[in-house]
Amino acid sequence: MASEGGKTTSEYIQHHLQNLQVCPTDEGWVWNQCAGNPLGINVDTMGWSVVLGLVFCTLFWRVAKNASVDKPSKTQAAIELLVELVDSSVRDTFHGKNKLIAPLALTILIWVFFMNVMDLIPVDWLPELFHLAGAEYFKVVPSTDPNITFGLSVSVFILILFFSLKVKGIGGFMGELTMQPLNPKDLGVPKLLWPLVMAFNFVLETVALLAKPLSLSLRLFGNLYAGELLFILIALIGWYQLPLHFGWAVFHLLVVTLQAYIFMMLTIVYLSQAHEHH
Amino acid sequence: MDLNATFFGQTIAMIVFVWFCMKFVWPPIVGMIEERQTKIADGLAAAEKGSRSLEEAQVKIDGMVAEAREQARQILDQANQRGNALVDEARGTANQERERILASAKAEVDQEVNRARDELRGQVAAIAVAGAEKILSREIDSSAHQDLLDRLAAEI
Repeated sequence: MASEGGKTTSEYIQHHLQNLQVCPTDEGWVWNQCAGNPLGINVDTMGWSVVLGLVFCTLFWRVAKNASVDKPSKTQAAIELLVELVDSSVRDTFHGKNKLIAPLALTILIWVFFMNVMDLIPVDWLPELFHLAGAEYFKVVPSTDPNITFGLSVSVFILILFFSLKVKGIGGFMGELTMQPLNPKDLGVPKLLWPLVMAFNFVLETVALLAKPLSLSLRLFGNLYAGELLFILIALIGWYQLPLHFGWAVFHLLVVTLQAYIFMMLTIVYLSQAHEHH
Repeated sequence: MDLNATFFGQTIAMIVFVWFCMKFVWPPIVGMIEERQTKIADGLAAAEKGSRSLEEAQVKIDGMVAEAREQARQILDQANQRGNALVDEARGTANQERERILASAKAEVDQEVNRARDELRGQVAAIAVAGAEKILSREIDSSAHQDLLDRLAAEI
């Protein structure tokens, strides 16, 4: 399938990495001329993200609605396993009371996993299908779109800020940003030089704080983007791609699961840090 | 690849899905799991209670069986005693009866012997008289010597 339709290799790769976009311009809504337009929407990744989120919600909601104490169905048993995995992860890490963290972690785990799993569908299937429906570009895996991963991680970041301020107050939160890692009181620094130390701390801590959402989203994006790129490159080989594709898919199964789990686990850790007093 | 409004779309989607999960997915499943946990704990407690009451019942049954066995033994003893007494009593009555029958038989025998003896004595006297008559038929008047003959007969 490599050079189908007279595309060169680099064109093929470019084509696969291009989102199906729509954006408002002076001439109304236009398709695929949205480079650099901040109001553009990636219809493909956004659409799959929402569809997969709906799949998650529907599946879990149906099981939750029909949940039976005595006679669990097999689906229910599987979902209970996931719920208990998340529940025990949250209990191990987070010791306060918060009704949001566990459902948030479950949503992230399953949703991100579903989005990553799209990577295992052969790279040409869905784009070709949607090409028949008239879509010129089509990118299937939502988590290879930084918009999607940043959307997730910035939501988590806002929750980190919210809970930090709620639990510690503005003073406590600022204290956390300025009085560590170098505590001028413990170091015996003269009062006159405190602002200097505090400014140093503030820079360090702010970078550390901002690094959380950045690393969270870039880790997921980077892993999945690289994975997809490899699938595209393997698809270029021709018939010999089959064993290679299989091998990489098996490896990628690990990446898919692990990245979803890491995203969930780090979300729990960051939010429980936001609840802790130092 | 550049950032655009998809970012906000994703954020909104995330809020909606997390809210949905928090509202309709997490509580029923966790509630169900907790309900099952209490149910299992209750079941285990009930099982333990049942086995304990079984043990108690076993002890009670053992007591009752021992008591019944004791009673049976007592009843058997009484019956044996009673039987022995009855046998003894019967033996006594039988002995008495035997002695009575023996005594009456002896008395009858004695009576018969006496009667026979009397008869014999009479006959002997008659024979003696007849003999003497034959010997002394002419010399002795039987009426004159009657008293002598009677004394003789009495002495025999």
